[in-house]
Amino acid sequence: MNDIVCHDYFESLLQLLPNKDSNSTEALSWLKQLKADAIDQVGKQRLPTLRDEEWRFTDISPLTKLPYRPSLAVCNLQLADIEHLFLAETNNRLVFVDGHYVPELSDIIDNENLIVGNLSELLATQSSSIQPHLGQYAKFQENIFTAQNTAFLQDGALISIARNTSIAAPVHLLFIATQSEVTSYARCLLVGDTGSNVTFIEDFVALQEGAYVTNAVTEICLAANAQAKHYRIQRENNKAFHLANCAVSLAHASRYESINIALGAQISRFNFDAKLTDEAAECNIDGLTLIADKQLSDTHTNIDHLKPNGTSQQQHKCIIDDAAHAVFNGKIMVRPQAQQTNSAQSSRNLLLSSQAHVDTKPQLEIFADDVKCAHGATVGQLDHEELFYLQSRGLSENAARNLLTYAFGAEIINRIPISSLRQQLEQIVLKQTQSR
Amino acid sequence: MINNNSKTILDVRGLCANIDSTKILKGIDITVKSGEIHAIMGLNGSGKSTFAKVLAGHSAYEVTAGSVQLNEQDLLTLSPEERALAGIFLAFQYPIEIPGVANSQFLRLAYNTVQTQRGKEELDPLEFDDFVREKMKLLDMNPDFLDRSVNEGFSGGEKKRNEILQMALLEPQLSILDETDSGLDIDALKIVANGVNQITNKDNATIIVTHYQRLLDYIVPDYVHVMQAGRIVKTGGKELAHELETRGYDWISSDNTANAGATV
Repeated sequence: MNDIVCHDYFESLLQLLPNKDSNSTEALSWLKQLKADAIDQVGKQRLPTLRDEEWRFTDISPLTKLPYRPSLAVCNLQLADIEHLFLAETNNRLVFVDGHYVPELSDIIDNENLIVGNLSELLATQSSSIQPHLGQYAKFQENIFTAQNTAFLQDGALISIARNTSIAAPVHLLFIATQSEVTSYARCLLVGDTGSNVTFIEDFVALQEGAYVTNAVTEICLAANAQAKHYRIQRENNKAFHLANCAVSLAHASRYESINIALGAQISRFNFDAKLTDEAAECNIDGLTLIADKQLSDTHTNIDHLKPNGTSQQQHKCIIDDAAHAVFNGKIMVRPQAQQTNSAQSSRNLLLSSQAHVDTKPQLEIFADDVKCAHGATVGQLDHEELFYLQSRGLSENAARNLLTYAFGAEIINRIPISSLRQQLEQIVLKQTQSR
Repeated sequence: MINNNSKTILDVRGLCANIDSTKILKGIDITVKSGEIHAIMGLNGSGKSTFAKVLAGHSAYEVTAGSVQLNEQDLLTLSPEERALAGIFLAFQYPIEIPGVANSQFLRLAYNTVQTQRGKEELDPLEFDDFVREKMKLLDMNPDFLDRSVNEGFSGGEKKRNEILQMALLEPQLSILDETDSGLDIDALKIVANGVNQITNKDNATIIVTHYQRLLDYIVPDYVHVMQAGRIVKTGGKELAHELETRGYDWISSDNTANAGATV
């Protein structure tokens, strides 16, 4: 891909930036500055190509053919259109249609200990608590898509949990695509104060079949002893581009747990960055990529242990059918100070066809000498002994294959404690693994 | 129990089988009638586990000669699942772990598949739950086993009990227990043996493939066959197992050099 094309791509995007923002929050000088810096970065950076180490398996040049304008803040959906996506266990639901917050479809039951709502509205009252965090973890200096998202920053989800507060019901963030040939910007900021505990879901869904781009940025900041559970479901349509960055900052003895399910999009890229900035922090992230046809799904994770006694665990699985291509790059960084780090990572990949393709790269960089780090990667097809076992119990070869494929994915999905979400996903995996 | 009037369930004639063009089975003859329990004993590498897998239809083995009939039906043309539906059940030496599938789901799927084939009603999850819990009592199994993934994290004894549970559910005509005693302590062995004894009746038959005589103290065989180098070289009653336990296998090979031929 030539650089002129890339340059044009971002140029044309930048020209689409709203010149004057009627929104009063733009009066906030820090926010103005943040956006100006981000715009500046979009101008300076270029679209990554296969020549960039971090992108060498993922060709996003098809993106340059679509300098999609930002989506319009128009919503034609009724509650009945999206009720099937709701989760019974949640009581706070924020719905974003093509990136724009739709209060009529949302349901907010917040209280003094839990602030949930649209970022652009809450800036008016919560500016001082948002400012120290917004744009501070997902660094746009290092990522053009984060820069672009920040430059276009408007609506987004804010979840803020007060000190020593435990929120029982999960918070549901629903990002729905209804317009084609647009770029939607999804944004989320979660701030968990000392000793707080919350569960939230990010669900990316399409209700139309045309191509579009989702550019999502999620930032999570957990203070000492805070806990967050994060379930991220990417089920865009199969013409979509999904470019996502998630950054987590973990303070002393805080704990972050996530399950990331990637099912949709023509091309998807998920970057995850966790920094264990103080002692005894814990980060457990699991993932499942289930793709077919010509889908390309890339997951890049980076868990950075900066201080002693940290723990991280990661299991990432891919099921790849047809001519699909999965990429997993899992970096674990253990800095010199991070003694007594305990880290385990596994990447397991199941290829269902001869053209299916996976590039997996566990990447451990250890600079401390007293640590326990384990990692492993497997790539394979279904095991003959396993198939024989099931056949010897009366299952046909096809039924046995389907069951084993389903089980491979279900092992990750079964870890989601929200049963309505788990059931939705089980159905999807069941459908996709029983299609042969 | 031996009853001369009972019908033949399994009839094996001159069975030869290879794996990767290495000859493993070199002409097996055995007839199993309903109500009978047969033990096949032999040292490692004698071919007894291969025989068990060939009967169940493992694709890694190529049958090069001979015939196998189950209830006068040619077994060798059937796929593993067709054999299961026809009434063969193999209890595995190393049962496979299937993380991600609850044991209850798997057991019900296997049960209903076999039931449908036999023209019987399927059971829904609730009905099946009652049914399976009843069968689990037979094997002194904790109901927790139903919610856990198939064999995942099960101890050796728990896996073997799960095999016998499947046998109890599927009600096969011919059960083949492949080294079911390996890795079991004496208590687990008794439980498994007790389960098998409750399943066996005058209409079905059992083949126990084992290394040691110890399981045969609890499941008393009608016949004991000794396998060596891919052949059955000696057949006797239950007392043969005791003789093997005290004398080892060497005396048989010297007695049967003419029969067994040179080992490969």
